Parts: sequence; structure tokens; C-alpha cells
Amino acid sequence: MNILYFLVGCSIVMALIFLAAFIWAYKTGQNDDVHTPAIRMLFDDEVIEEKSEEDHFSA
Amino acid sequence: MEDQNKTTTEAVCYHCGEDLPKLKYQIDDKDFCCAGCLGVFKILSENNLCNYYVYNNNPGQQLKNDGHLEYLDEPKIITQLLDYRHESSSIITFYIPAIHCSSCIWLLEHLYKINPAIFSSRIDFLKKQVTISFNHEEISLKQLVQTLNQIGYEPLISLQDVVKEHKDSADKTLILKIAIAGFCMGNVMLFSFPEYFGLSGFEEEFQWLFGWLNLAFSIPVAFYCGRDYFTSAITSLKHKHINLDTPLALIIAVLFFRTAFEIIFNHGPGFADTLSGLVFLLLMGKWLKQRTYHHISFDRDYRSYFPIAVTTLQNGKEKPVSINEINIGDRLWIRNGELVPADAILMKGDGNMDMSFVTGESEPINKVLGEIIYAGGRQIGEAIELEVIKPVSQSYLTGLWNNEHYKINNAKQNFNDSVAKYFSLAVFAIAFFATGFWLLQSDSHKAWSAFTAVIIVACPCVLALSTPFTLSAILSVFDKKGFYVKNTDAVEALAKCNTIVFDKTGTLTSSETAAITFSGLLDEEEKIAVCSLIRNSAHPLSRQILKALSVDKFYTVRSFLEIPGKGLSGNINGYTVYVGNLSLLPVDVTSSAENGVHILIDGNYKGCFVINQKWRPDLKTLLDNLKSSFELQVLSGDTNKDESVLKEIFPPKAKIKFQQNPHQKLNAVLELQQQGNVVMMLGDGLNDAGALKQSDFGIAITDNINNFTPGCDAILKGNALNLLPNFIQQSKDGLKIIKISFAIAIVYNCIGIFYAVQGTLYPLVAAVLMPISTITIISFTTLATRWFAHKNKLL
Repeated sequence: MNILYFLVGCSIVMALIFLAAFIWAYKTGQNDDVHTPAIRMLFDDEVIEEKSEEDHFSA
Repeated sequence: MEDQNKTTTEAVCYHCGEDLPKLKYQIDDKDFCCAGCLGVFKILSENNLCNYYVYNNNPGQQLKNDGHLEYLDEPKIITQLLDYRHESSSIITFYIPAIHCSSCIWLLEHLYKINPAIFSSRIDFLKKQVTISFNHEEISLKQLVQTLNQIGYEPLISLQDVVKEHKDSADKTLILKIAIAGFCMGNVMLFSFPEYFGLSGFEEEFQWLFGWLNLAFSIPVAFYCGRDYFTSAITSLKHKHINLDTPLALIIAVLFFRTAFEIIFNHGPGFADTLSGLVFLLLMGKWLKQRTYHHISFDRDYRSYFPIAVTTLQNGKEKPVSINEINIGDRLWIRNGELVPADAILMKGDGNMDMSFVTGESEPINKVLGEIIYAGGRQIGEAIELEVIKPVSQSYLTGLWNNEHYKINNAKQNFNDSVAKYFSLAVFAIAFFATGFWLLQSDSHKAWSAFTAVIIVACPCVLALSTPFTLSAILSVFDKKGFYVKNTDAVEALAKCNTIVFDKTGTLTSSETAAITFSGLLDEEEKIAVCSLIRNSAHPLSRQILKALSVDKFYTVRSFLEIPGKGLSGNINGYTVYVGNLSLLPVDVTSSAENGVHILIDGNYKGCFVINQKWRPDLKTLLDNLKSSFELQVLSGDTNKDESVLKEIFPPKAKIKFQQNPHQKLNAVLELQQQGNVVMMLGDGLNDAGALKQSDFGIAITDNINNFTPGCDAILKGNALNLLPNFIQQSKDGLKIIKISFAIAIVYNCIGIFYAVQGTLYPLVAAVLMPISTITIISFTTLATRWFAHKNKLL
């Protein structure tokens, strides 16, 4: 059953990686605004066909 | 009324959704209410941004007259405003009150289409902030703000920068602590699991490993996550009193050292699970307590009302200067609609000051040369020249915030802290009694374990949790009804009030729904003439009158003239028409209504429009509900013209005072407090700011939640004023719930102590008892709050 020592070690290391990932995400401000991205993702992509030439600049 | 039924959804402005006037602006078969809205539409359609209108109907706002932006060219002011500047790119964050829907997000994040010098823009919707990065070599800050103004999103740039105030990190470390405590708790629970079910032979070889792992996880929990409890306990002991953190710190310490002792000497599994669970829950409670409304600022003072810069005259030249740099003797140049930022003497021009900010008195006051004008006055009319006599920080208005009386009662003891003292003493008594008992039996091992067990079991965890959970549940009930309370402590303060002081203008009356009455007579032709004239003006009064008269055709106007602060004149069909206040009219007219909008057509006085403020509906019922349990008072900055009305709706013993200046209001509240009353103040303007701050619970009333409100404990929407008695009752019920949950906690503690004093408390019992009691309390407080909310008709 010595394999358990290895598995316990693995589980702790993985858990620590997740904790570190959360701390990194939090410190870089990824959780600061959780409301706006939810709205932003609902916007459609622009239809570029209508005015073909001008829009290439902004794309 | 009949008109409203006839209007279909299409009879509104395509841009802003206002009702269309009879004569509307049209383009591409879309209707607009004014030239401003039409202008915005044109800009957007030119830049291929019409998607703005796709996501929401009528997402726009009516344009206001934009002010002078010259100060945005001053390098000093620019560096003050910018977040970041490097080579050619700059980043700035603006607070834009007009942000309200998904269309706003879409448009403001596509600013780069209007001007390619804008690299990108990001919105934080709840905070109503937009962060823009731009190339400052191609577009200046002033041009950027102008672009925003053009599309109807005017940023609010004030002396107290709303944007920068919010960046505090206290909240951030708490979240990190919760994350770490939660992480440790999960792992400790996992390693304690075998212990819960009893160890079989082969699991026992892991007991040593699991024990040491648990101990390792307890270290950050006790010393990083729980550090605040130790520091708070030490400070309170230094001041020789006991707060709730004192017993909590003791318990964390005892749990940790007993766990360490048991594991190091292989005596048993220790209490690592209880420790991490306790700290995690305590931090959750703390987080609930700190949670507040990000999008509402409760701590605004005069600086939020003041602009960041003002125009000065230096050697006859206009130069914008940051307000903080104004010195005594500087000459200020104040244009129509601008605010006087410092106490000053009028040197040149015709001073016509709207002092409603300061005094609440709505009629403008005429100032003659050499007179002192106090900071906070707004000039209406031509530009004037002033000489500063006091710096901004020492002006009459600023004095309201530096008053020495404020919050002498700052150390308000809440229920928790007052109970904590007795609680701790009782726990110590029992712990020492149990230790003494076992020592007499000369069983030192049991004495030690009984001592620690009593302290562990008698944890005031429930006490620390029930308050934030109950009060934050109440907060969310309140905010659904339009009552935004600053934090959970304020709810306790609300429950204790016994005196209510009202301001009149804007509080008992509504500032948004004013009724226009016309005294005099106008025939149809004259109505059309008046409307033709005033439709050229963007003044709010003109718009209101235009709406009230509602004619269906207009004549052309010749030699149109608008004199700011006075009115309009023009020639229509050969007749000279004057619309404005008395000083505008070329002939002397004596009228009872000095403040009205007077009309003179072809030399004949026709009458005047008077704007009457409307009382809020159902005031009588509200006051009837309140008068039995509260002492009521009115402090009005206005003249006593409404005394008879107020006397009728207020109970006879209520005191009603008129012509109160801000300092008198403050002193009136202070006096009530010195008589032993707990005062609630309801006000709206800057003139109530001092009283709101001094009162035990200050409520700012507003009809639009995005408007600036003075610093206060809570913001109440005007239409929710009638629910005030229900809110107060709910907060009282909240305190009742906290007391009941305290009783429940005592029952659990007694069960735990029963085992603990016998020195036989097994970690499993502690580990099970604590979560069960916590879950009971959390569900009890939540359900009870909802039940009471139903009873108080708030849900």
C-alpha cells in the first residue's frame, strides 16, 4: 500500500497548483468584474459585408 | 392622461425614448425628440455603429449642455487624471453615470470606430466605469472627453475622484484568506475522513502521515488566515475591554496548540478539521459583513460636487487651474452654470446665485459688487469675476465636513460586542471550574483536556456568524425595494432610532415630478408663438413648458436671443415675445410669483408659469404610521410658505422649523442627540450633508439612484419612502432573530460543554457539532428573515 504515499503527495501537489492558479487569477484582477463579460459575450460579430471597403481598417 | 393612452410605443424618440413633441425631428424615417438626439444618431450612423440601437430600444440619453473643458489641456490636471502614461499611449478610467444597459457597453467598447486613435476601451458595468487606452499624440484628453460627450456619455470628473477611491486592497486580502482557509479545510477534512469512520488495522499506518499533514495545513490557517483575530484581540485587551474577537482568538490558539501537541506526541488526531472549518466560516461571515454596494458611494462629500478645475484670470488671460491650487487673492472667472469653489468677493458682473446646494432655498439670490459669495453657489446668468478670500479647504461649505462634533459616539457597541464580554467570562469560569475539579481528582491529563475542550466547544462562532448572515439577508431584502443600506452595522443603527427628522424640499416633495400651472390667459395663436420661441432653448424649464402646452405647429422666429439665467426673446409674426423672469421684461410688472416664467407678447403681460413642487404621494399615511412610535421633526431650508400644508399632515406635537441653514440643521440634530434621542435624518441635498453625517442613521433620498447624494448611511429611492415603517420594523425583527439564534447556540454549547467538562470530548464530536450548529443558525437566520420580510410586506 506504499503507493498511497505517492498518491497522497500527488493529490496535494495538484490541489496546490489549483490554489496557486486561483491566487494568480485573483491578483491579476480576473475576478474584479464578473458582470460585464456575461453581457459582452452576447454581442454578435459585426456583419462586414454592408460597407465593404471602409470596414477593413477597423477590423 | 388621455394622451398617454393614445401614444403607441413608436411615438417616442428613437434615441432616448422620451415622448415625442408634436413637431419632431426626422431622419431615415426615425423620429427624434430634439436636435441633440438626432446629432448622436448621425454620428453613430456615420461611423457604422447603429448596432447600438439593436440591443435595446431607445438606449440613449438626452444631451445636456456641455461645460467648458479647457482645463483638460493643463498638463498638471492631465497627470492627475491618467492611470498610466508611456511614450505615445495613455490609459484613463472615467466614471460615466449614464451607463445603464448592454447597448452602452457595446457602444463604449467600440469607440475605436469613431476615432482610430483610441486603441481600446473596457467597461466595468456595475461600477459604471470605462477604462480607455488611447494615443495621446493623436487625440488629446480634451478631445477624448468631447467625443464621449458627443455621443451622450459625459464622464463625471470631480475633485473627489470616484474612480480612484474604490481601489482598496483590504477586500482583496480577505478573499485570498478565504481561499486559503477553504483549501486547507477541504484537504484536512479529506485526511480526517478515515478517523471519522474508525481506523482499521492497515489505515493506522497512515495515521501518523495524515496527522502531520493536518498539522501542516493548520499552520497557514491559524497564522495567516486567523491573524486578524489575534491583532484585534491584542488591541482590545490593551484598551482593557473585550470584543468578540478576543474569545475567537483564544479558541484559534487553543485549537492549534492542542492539535500540535496531540500530533507531535502522538496522543490523538487533534482538532485540525474544527480549526480550519471554524476559521473558514468566520472569514465568510466577515466577508458578508464587508460586502457593500460597489456602484453606490456612501461617503461622498463636497468634493464630489466640485469640479476638478476652475478658470482663473491671470493678467487678463483665462487659465484653468486645479482647485487645490487656488490661493487667496486669485481672480476666478465663473460662467453660467458653473460652481463657485471657494468663498469669494464679487468683483465684476451681475451675480445671480443659485444657492440650493448650500441652503436648499431654490430661488436664486442676487448679489451685488463687493458682496461675499460662499462656495457652493452656482452662477446663473452672465459670467462673473470673483476674488478668492479663503482657500477651498477652509470655506464655509467645507466647514460642514470638518465639524468637530462628528461621531463622538463612534464606538457604538453592537449586540455582539456587549454579549461577548459576558460570554467570555462564563466560558472561562466553566473551563477553570472543570480544570480545578479534575486537578482535585489528581487527573492532570483530564484536567488539561477538559480545559481545552470547554474553550473549543463554547466557541462563539455562531455569535460571529448569525449577525452578518441575518443582517446581510436583510440588506438584500431592502435593496429589492429600493433601500440601499451602507453595511450591516448600519442596519443595527436603524433599529435603534426613535426620532425622525425630515428635510422638506426633495425629501417630502419630489424633485422630478413638478407640476406646471399657468396663471393668466393664452389663446391658441399665442401658445404657438410661445412654443415656437422656447423650442429653441435646451433649458429644462423650456422643455417642461413645451411639453405642457403641446401645440402642433410652429412659426419661424427672428432675432432669437437667449440670455442665460434670464430667459428668451424673439420676433414671431411681427410680435416681440419675451419668455423669462421679471428682470428680462422691458416693462415693470408686479407679480405675486416672482420666481415664475413670465410671458410678454407685443408689450402686453400675459401671465406666468409657476412650477410647483409636488408632495410625495401618501405622505399622510406614512406619517400616521410613524407618529405613534417616533418623534417627528421637519427642518426646512425653505421659506415657510408651506407651513399650513405641513401642519396638516404632521402630528400636532411635531416641530417644524423653516429657513434653517446647513449648520443650524446640524446643530438641531446634535441637540436632539444630547437629549438622549437616537436620530434618523432624511435629506437629499448638500445642505443636509452635515445633519445626515451627524445623525445616527442618515438616509439620502433620491429619485434617480445615479444622482449624486451626500454622504449617508443609506440611500432610499423616492418611491420607496412609504415603506420606511416596514424597513424599520424589519431591522428590529432582525435584531430579534440574532437574539433567538444566540439562544439556539447556547443550547448547542450546553450539549458540547456537558461532554467537555468530563474531559471526554472526542474530536469527532467537536467536528460534527460545530458544522451542525452553524448550518442550523445559517438556515434559521435566512428563513426567519424571509418570514419576517413577508410579514412586513417587503417580499
